[in-house]
Amino acid sequence: MKRTDTSNPDYFHQVVDCQWACPAHTDVPEYIRLIAQGRFTDAYMVNRESNVFPGILGRVCDRPCEPACRRGRTGQKPVAICRLKRVAADHRGDIEDRMPVIPPKNGKKVALIGAGCASLTVCNDLVPMGYECTVFEALEEPGGLMRSNIPSFRLPHEVLNDEIDRIVDMGVDLRLGTRVDSMQALLDEGFDAVFVGSGAPKGKELNLPGRQEADDNIHIGIEWLESVAFGHIENIGERVLIIGVGNTAMDCCRTSLRLGANEVKVMARKPRDFFKASDWELEDAEEENVEIVINHSPKAFVVEDGKLTGMTFEVMEYDIEDGRITGQRVVGEEFIPCDDVVLAIGQDNAFPWIERDLGIEFDKWDVPVVDEKTHQSTRDGVFFGGDAAFGPKNIIWAVEHGHQAAISIHLHCQGEALDDRIPVHLNLGSRKMGMHEWSYSNSFDPAARRKMEHVPLAQRFRELSTEVELGFDADQVAVEVERCLNCDIQTVFTDDLCIECDACLDICPTECLTIVPDAEEPALIASLRAPRLEPDQPLYVSGELKQTGRVMVKDENLCVHCGLCAERCPTAAWDMQKSLLKFPRAADHEPTAEPLKKTG
Amino acid sequence: MTFIAKPRIDLPSDRLNDIGLRRRDYEGVLSTLCAGCGHDSITAAIVQAFWEMSIAPEKVAKLSGIGCSSKTPAYFISGAHGFNSVHGRMPSVATGAMAGNRDMVAIAVSGDGDSLSIGFGQFGHVVRRNLNLLYIIENNGVYGLTKGQFSASADVGSRAKKGAENRWQNIDPVATAISLGGSFVARGFSGDRDQLVPLIKAGVRHRGCAVIDVVSPCVTFNDHEGSTKSYAYTREHKHEAVKLDFVPPAEEISAQFDPGEAKAVTLHDGSRVMLRRTEDSYDPSDRSRALQYLETARSRGEVVTGLMYMNEDLPEMHDLFGTTARPLTDIPYEELSPGSEALRKLQAKMR
Repeated sequence: MKRTDTSNPDYFHQVVDCQWACPAHTDVPEYIRLIAQGRFTDAYMVNRESNVFPGILGRVCDRPCEPACRRGRTGQKPVAICRLKRVAADHRGDIEDRMPVIPPKNGKKVALIGAGCASLTVCNDLVPMGYECTVFEALEEPGGLMRSNIPSFRLPHEVLNDEIDRIVDMGVDLRLGTRVDSMQALLDEGFDAVFVGSGAPKGKELNLPGRQEADDNIHIGIEWLESVAFGHIENIGERVLIIGVGNTAMDCCRTSLRLGANEVKVMARKPRDFFKASDWELEDAEEENVEIVINHSPKAFVVEDGKLTGMTFEVMEYDIEDGRITGQRVVGEEFIPCDDVVLAIGQDNAFPWIERDLGIEFDKWDVPVVDEKTHQSTRDGVFFGGDAAFGPKNIIWAVEHGHQAAISIHLHCQGEALDDRIPVHLNLGSRKMGMHEWSYSNSFDPAARRKMEHVPLAQRFRELSTEVELGFDADQVAVEVERCLNCDIQTVFTDDLCIECDACLDICPTECLTIVPDAEEPALIASLRAPRLEPDQPLYVSGELKQTGRVMVKDENLCVHCGLCAERCPTAAWDMQKSLLKFPRAADHEPTAEPLKKTG
Repeated sequence: MTFIAKPRIDLPSDRLNDIGLRRRDYEGVLSTLCAGCGHDSITAAIVQAFWEMSIAPEKVAKLSGIGCSSKTPAYFISGAHGFNSVHGRMPSVATGAMAGNRDMVAIAVSGDGDSLSIGFGQFGHVVRRNLNLLYIIENNGVYGLTKGQFSASADVGSRAKKGAENRWQNIDPVATAISLGGSFVARGFSGDRDQLVPLIKAGVRHRGCAVIDVVSPCVTFNDHEGSTKSYAYTREHKHEAVKLDFVPPAEEISAQFDPGEAKAVTLHDGSRVMLRRTEDSYDPSDRSRALQYLETARSRGEVVTGLMYMNEDLPEMHDLFGTTARPLTDIPYEELSPGSEALRKLQAKMR
């Protein structure tokens, strides 16, 4: 097989599963180590560099990192990455002196529509470069869906305000209560670039018999959450049905409980394996005695004397093969009484305010055509990010969109080509400190994942804003940080140093190393000592070894980064090196920026 | 050495052997040998062989003397019995152990110092008595524990780490064992596990004294240029006289063995050793040719490996003593030691 090119930053990046899975590529192992050392402020800043809102994301991130975590492949639960992020945010010190100094304005003006996470990230990257950023927000407070759709019992206002203010206070021209009704008019104002970060604000409708008659008691999930967030709605009926089983549905059912409902059912059309909600959000809802009813497809709203009395559902049955639905049929019908219904079946982008003759092309689903890399629409200087760009995703994706759009906006304003972007930079530095001494905690800790403590049920419904999760205590943090396998401390092999003594093969606790005669891929994989369980995981193949011409092969899948191969190696052919990936931001594209350099 | 123990990680892909044990169950404590030591490789080969053969750890007796090699029984099969004896006196202790319980699987690990210098006499006698045990000599040509002086197996003309040349004649344990009437004599290399594991398996199943001399480079004192027991030198000069495969009793002999090319030798327990001829058409059943072949190879500077000599028909120690087939440890004490009256009667019969 071909010798693996480890100089391509993607190789070692992919080994750091959490960082690879994170849309914003947060350096997770690095911040977990900093937490382990009690350096909470440093840990917070490592996070902020990538994901801008560590306190917010430490509570409500969709956590694509956790299902990817290598721990999960050793027969255990993943590291509580998200909760550790909150630890960094909760315990950090003052970061004022670490914020960038704002230079004089550079004369370039950027308009941003919507004060959500995408637009705020663009501001975070561009204001410190001298850009004049004007944010137009229809609501009276900034934050977008983070404020209007995420209930305060999950995300306290202080945390939200703190991280938003930090960006706004850099000198963003924030215009609240200012809805943009015409893109044409905005463009006429002469901005150098326009960024659309207005989200996907239109909740999906469920047009069934009785919908109009019962309108008073049927609510669109995201609009209803917004009304609750701004205090326009303060109560709901005793019996509530939530239609849909995504994360919005989870917020709706738990919010209902806090507004007076005592019998809340989440109605799902399909079996549990097909739910869109994250497992932990489902668990949290069920802990509050929300009943999740499966295989019920809504049929009609039942109205008596002009008032909603319940809903009828078709009871479904599915044929499932290999995790996919291959057939379905209706096996019955059921009436479920209720006082209110909340629809949480998805949301759409809506751009009624963008005139269709501006050169901004829309596709057949009536969403704008946006370049996935540069985030530019078909009109020069108009960019999209967050849910507005490619439909509903989540906060962490919106942040990454913001970073990428900021680079594009900068390049556009400077008259440079948008694809002239600085590539990701990889730096490797040995972590060897001396004989058998490494500057990271390399012993494998078999401890189980720590469980987050919650406020007792009796207390949590008294006030809407009582935060349910209490955060990790010091003991929990001490254990949880050691569960991280330090995947960014890479096993780096130098083939011409190897004397083929087999010491690394014998000491490897997961048998992920093999020395074999070189062969084509299928034969080589068949000769591995441990079966290759995850073909998507990287496979390292060395060059020919000096003494026998065989090759060293490493299946990255199960490596626990204990460093024993390097510790056992008599010739230092194996070394443990920290891979530091630098993801260029807009500021790195300044001609005056320091080139990315080696730091060790 | 290493300070962090190999962590135990139970993986979904872990395989179990016929008695439900994982390979990890055949490992021992953390090795304190130098990183890269050939001995650790041999330990791993022993672990693999015993795991694959599904030998119950409590049926194994590990015996050793003194030296780097003799520390290694601590690093494999923690659940086995063990005796770390006096320098060079392991064969006596092994003889006692096997006399008492002939059903045990005995594995002796010794070194070139322990067997060819201080214990040379003991080594010679255990071979000629054909005690039923696997006798592994971890041979690195130097006294590693005392900072690398030449041992009795160091080749004439080889150089020590600081350049001194060895002028003493060397003892070849393979030639010695064959000439002493050994019934199973082989040579392996710690860096060639594919060859070593079947040799160990065959040695375990051979009834009698199975001597395997394993060239095991001392990574600290004897892995330099000028050494004839380094990884590089051994790989360059290694010559496999005969290829050996081990087939357990219940298993079919697979089609990979061409009957014209491979010769099967059946061992006492029904397992078979498949000998595949190399271009030398070497025959390990011919003792005089074996010795001649070794001499020729030595003069050419080759390190000959493989099963050099085997004779399944030589009687082992219990056969020669005519002892009971039951292990003495299984015989009730009253029966084993019937008292002074019984002794008096026996003596009276002989007057």
